[in-house]
Amino acid sequence: MQLTLWTYEGPPHVGAMRVATAMRDVHYVLHAPQGDTYADLLFTMIERLPRRPPVTYTTFQARDLGGDTAELFKDAARKAVARFKPAAMLVGSSCTAELIQDDPGGLAQALQLPIPVVALELPSYQRKENWGASETFYQLCRHLVHKPTERQPKARPSCNILGPSALGFRHRDDVKEITQLLNQLGVDVSVVAPLNASVADIQQLANADFNVVLYPEIGLSAAQWLQRQFDQPFTKTVPLGSRATRDFIAEVCALTGLTQPAQDPENAHATWYAKSVDSTYLTGKRVYIFGDATHAVAAARIASQEMGFEVVGLGTYSREFAREVRDCAKALGIEALITDDYLEVEDQIQALQPELILGTQMERHIAKRQGIPCAVISAPVHVQDFPARYAPQMGFEGANVLFDTWVHPLMMGLEEHLIGMFREDFEFHAGAAPSHLGSTRPAADISAAQPASPQTPAALTPSEPSTPKPPSSPTSSPASALPTQAASNQATWSIEAEKELGKIPFFVRGKARRNTERFAQDLGVATITVETLYDAKAHFSR
Amino acid sequence: MSSVIPIRTETTGCTDVTPLVERGQREVFCGLTGIIWLHRKIQDAFFLVVGSRTCAHLIQSAAGVMIFAEPRFGTAIIDERDLAGLADVHEELDRVVNQLLARRPDIRLLFLIGSCPSEVIKLDLSRAAERQNQIHHPKVRVLNYSGSGIETTFTQGEDACLAAMVPGLRNDTSTAPALMVVGTLADVVEDQLRSLLERMRLQVNFFPPRNSQAMPTVGPNTRFLLAQPFLADTARALQSHGAQHLPAPFPLGVEGTTAWLQAAASAFGVAPEMFENATAAPRQRAEKALAVQRQVLQGQRIFFFPDSQLEIPLARFVHRELGMDLVEVGTPYLHRQHMAPELAWLPQGTRISEGQDVDRQLERCLADAPDLVVCGLGLANPLEAQGITTKWAIELVFTPIQGYEQAADLAGLFSRPLKRRTKLAA
Repeated sequence: MQLTLWTYEGPPHVGAMRVATAMRDVHYVLHAPQGDTYADLLFTMIERLPRRPPVTYTTFQARDLGGDTAELFKDAARKAVARFKPAAMLVGSSCTAELIQDDPGGLAQALQLPIPVVALELPSYQRKENWGASETFYQLCRHLVHKPTERQPKARPSCNILGPSALGFRHRDDVKEITQLLNQLGVDVSVVAPLNASVADIQQLANADFNVVLYPEIGLSAAQWLQRQFDQPFTKTVPLGSRATRDFIAEVCALTGLTQPAQDPENAHATWYAKSVDSTYLTGKRVYIFGDATHAVAAARIASQEMGFEVVGLGTYSREFAREVRDCAKALGIEALITDDYLEVEDQIQALQPELILGTQMERHIAKRQGIPCAVISAPVHVQDFPARYAPQMGFEGANVLFDTWVHPLMMGLEEHLIGMFREDFEFHAGAAPSHLGSTRPAADISAAQPASPQTPAALTPSEPSTPKPPSSPTSSPASALPTQAASNQATWSIEAEKELGKIPFFVRGKARRNTERFAQDLGVATITVETLYDAKAHFSR
Repeated sequence: MSSVIPIRTETTGCTDVTPLVERGQREVFCGLTGIIWLHRKIQDAFFLVVGSRTCAHLIQSAAGVMIFAEPRFGTAIIDERDLAGLADVHEELDRVVNQLLARRPDIRLLFLIGSCPSEVIKLDLSRAAERQNQIHHPKVRVLNYSGSGIETTFTQGEDACLAAMVPGLRNDTSTAPALMVVGTLADVVEDQLRSLLERMRLQVNFFPPRNSQAMPTVGPNTRFLLAQPFLADTARALQSHGAQHLPAPFPLGVEGTTAWLQAAASAFGVAPEMFENATAAPRQRAEKALAVQRQVLQGQRIFFFPDSQLEIPLARFVHRELGMDLVEVGTPYLHRQHMAPELAWLPQGTRISEGQDVDRQLERCLADAPDLVVCGLGLANPLEAQGITTKWAIELVFTPIQGYEQAADLAGLFSRPLKRRTKLAA
């Protein structure tokens, strides 16, 4: 058993639902107990779909377990075909139905339905949502894709886009952006799947010249199978970020023999924005990255190469792609965190004290509790990250969106300078939120949010908002008035040193505190004085 | 100043109604969802689901953003090793509970909650709870109940939770009758009802309490009022301790609240003048506030999908006090005895359905083309997209709606979607 307060991914049948719901004429009959229909509202509320997901649940109850649950399933499957008239059907079990072993695949076969039926084996106690989506899409391809017709010589090369699905983070706009990009290069997009694809579309997949895998978590297995079966090559670069987009274009051009455009299109602003002097203060900002493997790896590259940040932590919950993330982390000189335990992520963030977190919905709230600026780069996300406006992450417009999104939570340059210089302002002080965010609500002061003993993980203490400093007397905060009694082997802060620490700009104060304590411990210093603080600063600045 | 409620004449009622009973796909929550409000009500309790990733995903999806504030609920996710053999499941649970209690030392009451997977593999959570009780006694009490979808629908999770607490209530040995109000209410509602009852010189205990250390006592002199309609098992458990149920409509709307208070007043021999003194002012205030809402809702046709068992009392309220016409009133489960006073107040011939076949119910709904549909979030946006105005049902469980001061707020929940539709159409 695993204690879980938050899960980064749902069960695998939710992944299967994401594929079924993305498509147009596929129905999914899911053997599941009453209550599992909660998953519908992921689609109707978070993604705001104006239709019910094409899923029929058997919703068995306890009294059905004494009877024939297999008959219940057959009845549901029969009725679903009659009512919804799909072109193909998925059948499978949820975690509870997996235990009662009714074998939906065999049962559906016995019904001799007039449409293709794809039986899904999704081990709920081993695998998770993205794997479920990937497996479902792969099985659909295996059952449905026709042998390619005699290839007609075409004026333009064509490709499929594989991976976008329902409930995907920005999939809607990524598809639009990359389709435009490909069209401008001279490539036609033949089929996008599973998003908005019909069964007939899936059958045609093998007719394209190559595949574009936008989301390896969902599309890679199918692309690999298509390559094995029909010699259809696929792209390995995910066009997230300006550089990756250029690499992607190069890869497409190499596959198709098209000439690579010499220049970025006119809308590629991100590169210039990052170069402009206003962005100089972004250099070396310490950033922590967590998300699915694709978005985490891409974000790490953008952060270090395109934004000039320092990536201090990188991790993913996608175990299937752990190797890619480890390689990326290694290149950055750090160790990747591969986990689906959010408490581990929280502990690492607490220890690293980054100045910016790029993560999922969950990291946003870890960030909130620790008073660290944060932007969302990956699923799981909530309703606000299915925006009405055009908001791709991929391609050149995606790079523009990323630049704005990541810089927005950071305090702007001039304000940051002034707060470093004048610490006693009654309005613009370290405890206040960056003024461009327009909120008067004080952000949690990092030093105040620190537990007295660094050995007590913040996770263990009941959550309580750190007391904001009274705006009128920013220097007389309780934290600086009292020496902090640390754990036995830790040095104690003198009152003066604590005060001096308070003069360090708030977003690097946590890091300074940690470094000084480490320095004092290494040297066996019992009391940290102002001298120790600056000795440590000089020591670590080398 | 008091405007008279135009009570309709067709009050022969639905007492003998034969509901339309349907079997098929049920678009409802399981009982685990009850955790979302119960963990806020009992502040020193932790709710640990023993289940699958689906259970964890359900609670976090249903709890939305709230989960991040160091939730007082979690899931012990069963994995393959647990399925391979039952032998070490209890040790696994020991480990998880220890981990949890170390993380949350402020917890005094721990619920181990059964789910579909744990019920199907016949994990004996009552024994596990006993075992944990022995380990963690006296600091933490450990109880268990089932919130599984196969056994409970949505609010029935609260019923199962409260029923699990009843055997642990201390026996009330006093000879004077005591009043208990059963069912989770918003704090503000609880305070108002307490104050109204105290004005009639009635002392009252609420169950569940806000803190596990303040459990009420129960005994043959306990008289209890149900504040919620979904508490069949809890009522039975209380009755087995000798407590007596006071039949009453539920305290929704002016009429419902008055009749509910009257049931307590009658049982405790409160003089009519004292009852009138205590209730007249809030009653008139509520009637006045309701009159405004009635202008929007009068004559509108409303359809209830089954969700929480609150549907019948709500239908009674919107029909009698707001003048709405009832197209269909669906309920996941119809407890005839507890619902008797409510059924008597429904207009004769009301179409009441119990259980669900969601596709057929949707067909009926579309054919009837009601003005307002009360339904779950899985159906609301799809119906809106077809031009049907909806009120999502879960909000009725998460909003203070009981008592006089909330009567107009409750009506407002129904009128707001209609007003919005008019505004956006203009």
